[in-house]
Amino acid sequence: MPRTRIDLPYHVERLSILDETGKVDTELAPELPDEMLLKIHRYMLLTRRFDERLLALQRQGRIGTFAPVTGQEAAQLGTVAPLRASDWMAPAFREAAAELWRGRSLESFILYYGGFDEGGKLEESRNDLPISVPVGSQTLHAVGISYGIKYRGKDDVVVTFFGDGATSEGDFHEAMNFAGVYQTPTIFVCQNNQWAISVPRSRQSRSQTLAQKALAYGFPGIQVDGNDVLAVYAAASEAIERARKGQGPTMIECETYRMLMHTTADDPKRYRLEEDVEPWKARDPILRFQKYLASRGLLTEEEVQGLEEEIKTEIRDAVSRAEALMETLGDPLDMFEHTLEEMPDTLKEQREELIQELEAVGKEASHG
Amino acid sequence: MAKMTMVQSINLALKQEMEGDDRVIVLGEDVGKDGGVFRLTEGLFDLFGGERVVDTPLAESGIVGMSIGMALYGLRPVCEIQFSGFTYQAFHQLESHAARLRRRSRGRFSVPMVMRAPYGAGVRALEHHSESREAYWAHTPGLKMVIPSGPRIARALLVSAIRDPDPVVFYEPKALYRAFREEVPEEEETFPLGKSRMVREGADLTMISFGAMLPPTLEAAEQLKTQDGVNAEVIDLLSISPLDDALFTESVRKTGRAVIVHEAPRSFGAGAEILSRILEKSFFYLEAPVARVTGFDVVVPLFARETAYLPDVPRILRAARGILKT
Repeated sequence: MPRTRIDLPYHVERLSILDETGKVDTELAPELPDEMLLKIHRYMLLTRRFDERLLALQRQGRIGTFAPVTGQEAAQLGTVAPLRASDWMAPAFREAAAELWRGRSLESFILYYGGFDEGGKLEESRNDLPISVPVGSQTLHAVGISYGIKYRGKDDVVVTFFGDGATSEGDFHEAMNFAGVYQTPTIFVCQNNQWAISVPRSRQSRSQTLAQKALAYGFPGIQVDGNDVLAVYAAASEAIERARKGQGPTMIECETYRMLMHTTADDPKRYRLEEDVEPWKARDPILRFQKYLASRGLLTEEEVQGLEEEIKTEIRDAVSRAEALMETLGDPLDMFEHTLEEMPDTLKEQREELIQELEAVGKEASHG
Repeated sequence: MAKMTMVQSINLALKQEMEGDDRVIVLGEDVGKDGGVFRLTEGLFDLFGGERVVDTPLAESGIVGMSIGMALYGLRPVCEIQFSGFTYQAFHQLESHAARLRRRSRGRFSVPMVMRAPYGAGVRALEHHSESREAYWAHTPGLKMVIPSGPRIARALLVSAIRDPDPVVFYEPKALYRAFREEVPEEEETFPLGKSRMVREGADLTMISFGAMLPPTLEAAEQLKTQDGVNAEVIDLLSISPLDDALFTESVRKTGRAVIVHEAPRSFGAGAEILSRILEKSFFYLEAPVARVTGFDVVVPLFARETAYLPDVPRILRAARGILKT
């Protein structure tokens, strides 16, 4: 009868292991082989330089709109590094670092942002979904895949990425709820980069943390310093482990920052001040990781320079290959492929119509 | 052969497909122990258990979105949305993802799922329980949209839908759920998606209809025969998309006259597309304007007025006689 307190089984923790100066909490630091640390560093740097290159290509009109990832490299690589190849990933649209790690080629990004559907082709080896533009909607696919994994008695897991804005979407809540009810092996990774285009985090939710939303759905949520790749790795490993053991979903909120524009079609100067961005420059995920690796004697200044050169060449070659490929693509008839497995007569007729049209245009052109 | 209602024949299709293929999973609200609000999934929970006959939280987008994920993983989800009037909450998942993932992934993935939902008026229901919005789905490239018109064809069409490699929206005419029985064989029967069928042959007039409007259309055809001596050909469209225009083109070229009957609102409805195809492919064969007998461009009224909304035999007859005169 009296008014009593209901104690929920979870509370929200915040995890931070590597600080801005490169100092590490050795108690909490995950034990990773040196090669893994260096591989993570390489992908961080590759993603950053690739982002810069894509931005330049976009400004030169060589590709179309894309969503830069600068500042969020740790949040993504810390999450996917502990995954197995047989695990699944359902990304949103700003996950270049995670996609590169999982095996997506640089060329495919350039093709895709260059306007060619071919860039969306997924390697058979990758258990990943293509990018998903409608915000938060892919989280439900992650739950369906993880239901399938559980149904088949496998111990694979599914990671799905989304942002702070997505936590306002209905699909996100339905996905969290379904995952909680069915205890699916799903890891919900929120990259809270503080901005949904021009709308700040404070306008998305009154919740003190985004991680706490998991509590309402009956599973743990943890907030991590999303610019600290070791903290993200530790939190992700823990969540993956739980999921593999059949202990259900986890939500990880990575607090990070969108250092650049939402997409290249956006101008952040309209809604945020340079002073807002400034403090995050010191929190850069790559700088602090490099300091850490240097302090452990794993990476010298010369080695960084060598790596920078290597990456520059890798990106340059990929751009050349992609642009050469674009010259050979562009058959308009490709649009009729992959709509349905078998092309219905209606579509065959429309395809024929375009063939006639193209021939007519060709004839007109040749007659001057 | 057993005489079955459409409820029983759809249940048979689900049961047999689940028996034959462990990838087939049924999910939706109340589909488990309750057997579905219309009892379409009755008995499946006891046969296959809660992992394969999945009661879901009350969230349509969640049901369809999760089905998409299951299909991407290689399962064959058959989800039920309790009424087609509640499918709109899942519209986004079907339009933005189910219909596009094959294309987006360049064929790496496909979404072999079925979304079943009862549609249509005539059962004295509440608001949101009587509409007929097949055109929404038919307008989305990458989706298939089919509607059966009786117990036997419903079973065959659903089996084909479940086995189809692409996402299928399967609307069930709930006015026909228990309206009549038909012989439905125990052994397997399928019917290809994207095909219509001739259900009555005649040389004077082509009548094109589907779903719950097929029985009154057939009845009107009978009356035209007995009262007017007119032989009407009746085509059961079955597949709204992809639309099979071969069968009705052939028929209209023979008869020169056509009546299209559906209960959805007229403007931009399936009839508009059928009529366009007739004009594009059979214009010079026409002896008279093509008539459409449809619902009106209004929200389906509550049931006190629904019979005035729905096309019925007298309306179909009037339309047919109108074009037979010219």
